[in-house]
Amino acid sequence: MDLVPVLARWLHFLAGIMWVGLLYYFNFVQVPALKAAGADGTAAGITRHVAPRALLYFRWSAVVTWLAGAALLGGNFVPAFTLAKGFAGIGIGAWLGTIMLFNVWAVIWPNQQKVLGMKPASDEEKNRARRVALLTSRINMMLSMPMLFFMAGGLTHKAALGL
Amino acid sequence: MKNPLDSIWGTIVSGLVLTVVLYLAVKNLLG
Repeated sequence: MDLVPVLARWLHFLAGIMWVGLLYYFNFVQVPALKAAGADGTAAGITRHVAPRALLYFRWSAVVTWLAGAALLGGNFVPAFTLAKGFAGIGIGAWLGTIMLFNVWAVIWPNQQKVLGMKPASDEEKNRARRVALLTSRINMMLSMPMLFFMAGGLTHKAALGL
Repeated sequence: MKNPLDSIWGTIVSGLVLTVVLYLAVKNLLG
């Protein structure tokens, strides 16, 4: 049915904007804000009320983005992920998005649970979890740049770059 | 050596470099 790819593309964009938007919020806004808030003793408001909500939408929008992307690829799913001829560009984008999804659920979220006190952890474990979560979030921010370059290619990239 | 991912600008530069590297790989090796 022709409507499936239309809806999948729409949902992929909506959820993707929420996911990457929150990723950029964490890196550009929340991390420096927490540093400043820690200095004047106001960090609790962010860690208790803002960060858990942001993380909730962050991790689930990542899942919706990936599933909608898979639906959008449809029969091109295997050619994309095997980087078949003509599918290398979108395939690289799909692989980068998949690595980012893995990082969200397997690394960032478990470590943030320790940092935010949702899971028991010693101060030493919390410090280590904070470092791992920050670096993985930065890795995802770095990966988002080529991911979007390849995902959002289309006719402009074909005309100018031959992709 | 300092980890480039410790700063926002280091992360952005790393992302740009990775984009160019992957573009060249797709264009020349996989295209």
